[in-house]
Amino acid sequence: MEKIVLPDIKDIHKLDVYIQNGGYTAVKKAFSQSTDDIIDQVKKSGLRGRGGAAFSAGLKWSFMPKTTNKPKYLCVNGDESEPGSFKDRQIFEYNPHQLIEGILITCYAIGAKTAYIYIRGEYHKWIKLLQKALDDAYAAGYVGEAMKEKFGTEFFCNVYIHKGAGAYICGEESALMESIEGKRGYPRVKPPFPAQNGLWGCPTTINNVETITNVPPIINKGWEWFSKIGEPKHPGTILFGVSGHVNKPGVYELPSGTLLTDIIYNYAGGVPGNKKILCVIPGGSSMPPLRGDQIEGVKMDAESLKAAGSAIGTGGVMVMDEDTDLVKVLSRISKFYHHESCGQCTPCREGTGWLDRIQQRMVAGKGSVTDLDLLVTVASQIEGNTICALGEAAAWPVRFMITRFRDYFEARVSKEVDLAVANKVHSMRHTAFPLADIKH
Amino acid sequence: MEFKFTPENLQKIELETKKYPVRRPAIMFALYLAQEQNGYISHEVINEIAGILELHPHDVLGVVTFYTMYHQKPIGKYHIQVCTNVSCMLRGGYEIWNQVKEKLGIDHMGVTADQKFSLEEVECMGSCGTAPMLAVNEDYFENLTKEKVEELINSLK
Repeated sequence: MEKIVLPDIKDIHKLDVYIQNGGYTAVKKAFSQSTDDIIDQVKKSGLRGRGGAAFSAGLKWSFMPKTTNKPKYLCVNGDESEPGSFKDRQIFEYNPHQLIEGILITCYAIGAKTAYIYIRGEYHKWIKLLQKALDDAYAAGYVGEAMKEKFGTEFFCNVYIHKGAGAYICGEESALMESIEGKRGYPRVKPPFPAQNGLWGCPTTINNVETITNVPPIINKGWEWFSKIGEPKHPGTILFGVSGHVNKPGVYELPSGTLLTDIIYNYAGGVPGNKKILCVIPGGSSMPPLRGDQIEGVKMDAESLKAAGSAIGTGGVMVMDEDTDLVKVLSRISKFYHHESCGQCTPCREGTGWLDRIQQRMVAGKGSVTDLDLLVTVASQIEGNTICALGEAAAWPVRFMITRFRDYFEARVSKEVDLAVANKVHSMRHTAFPLADIKH
Repeated sequence: MEFKFTPENLQKIELETKKYPVRRPAIMFALYLAQEQNGYISHEVINEIAGILELHPHDVLGVVTFYTMYHQKPIGKYHIQVCTNVSCMLRGGYEIWNQVKEKLGIDHMGVTADQKFSLEEVECMGSCGTAPMLAVNEDYFENLTKEKVEELINSLK
């Protein structure tokens, strides 16, 4: 299987190695074409955002106004704060120049002269690594005003890193822009959308790090090539970050549409002690959890996961074995969203607090069956009633975990604790089947 | 306590403002520098940054209180951050958390009497594939075991 985002080439993070392997040729090729052509190719390639919403990247770019006297901006989202998600740091460390090249092409396509890469503050090490790559690219004339000479074009752009400081909400695109502007990370009301009214009121596009890193190969090898990888409706490879109860946790770059069970059992080496799987969260902690008996045959792409009752999110697969205490897990998830709610919208600010406190009571063994209905009610009142999607992110795990594991939760909060009840929702098998035939 | 940026740091802040069309976005960078120089964000720091970036101190304070990585009280020489979010929790994050808590005799946001250690229970740090993890100041320590943690803390002088 060909890897697009994290190729197996030694030292590809170094500028000279990247150039030897065809680096910075895609941007040159892009400059010889019109911006409309570039947007059209990315649209036709079917590239969808890798940050969670899986929105068409080319379509997003096409929203940028063609005629405006305001400067335009590109924000690259490397906030990566979703629990279970740890893929962008691999790109910063192992393939930073492809990201930079992707940024140059994107800036050209949307007409931006400035790009900000927003990286979470905790990633000190990866910020330094990316800054090193960026400095090298500047020194070699691939970025900044020297581009004019290097590529013989009128176009040039500057790329800067903006370091966050520990706020999950800044991964939300409008909060991210507020944070770049040097403010508290409060999400903005939409509309107006960023393409009309973004950074400092100017047209802005926000793309995920992984999305942008996919752009140079699309330009180089053509949209037809890309559109044939994986699932046609969500083509390309996806960086799946597998964590929790697996033998080989880590990031696996696989074609979209790879079976969830293949990722867990074959690539990530199965569950330690050959235990059965109780629960899998397929796309980072804010996505609806699946029961162990719901994962057979589930493909990992936006459409298939939607049909299976969850969502692709950031591709962070969290695996929990049969001995996991789901009451504690859900309580921990709710604690997280309570901590990270920015406090702007009342349903989220108060609701996440209630979800957290009711579940603390359950963990302490003082819960009751009526608490379960109360939790679902509170979650339902947060959903859809907030400015940003943190409301859904907090509500979904609670609503889906409790409805899908109702027996389990009832058993846990009842006086007579009988974990055996939960066994009927375990996955059917212990070990791997041979790798299924995946259309690449 | 009075606070003034060193000339080098002032220069770095000026350079940072050049990245943006206005001066304000350099707040976050300036706060990191101040924290490095001063140990924590005091009211004097806030006033100094507001002065440099031509803002009201409230604008700066608002940023300080929103982001968890800015500290308004002194922290230890070694600030230990243990992740207990789900992926770490599934692989023993809470055992590590309890171990460090016990060993240092402090709780969340506590500082040891000798100011050497401070402790924070943090949310996901993006090390889910190498869980459990903790960070000491800026450095990540991953794939932890109780023995590794014991050894690590003993090695911090």
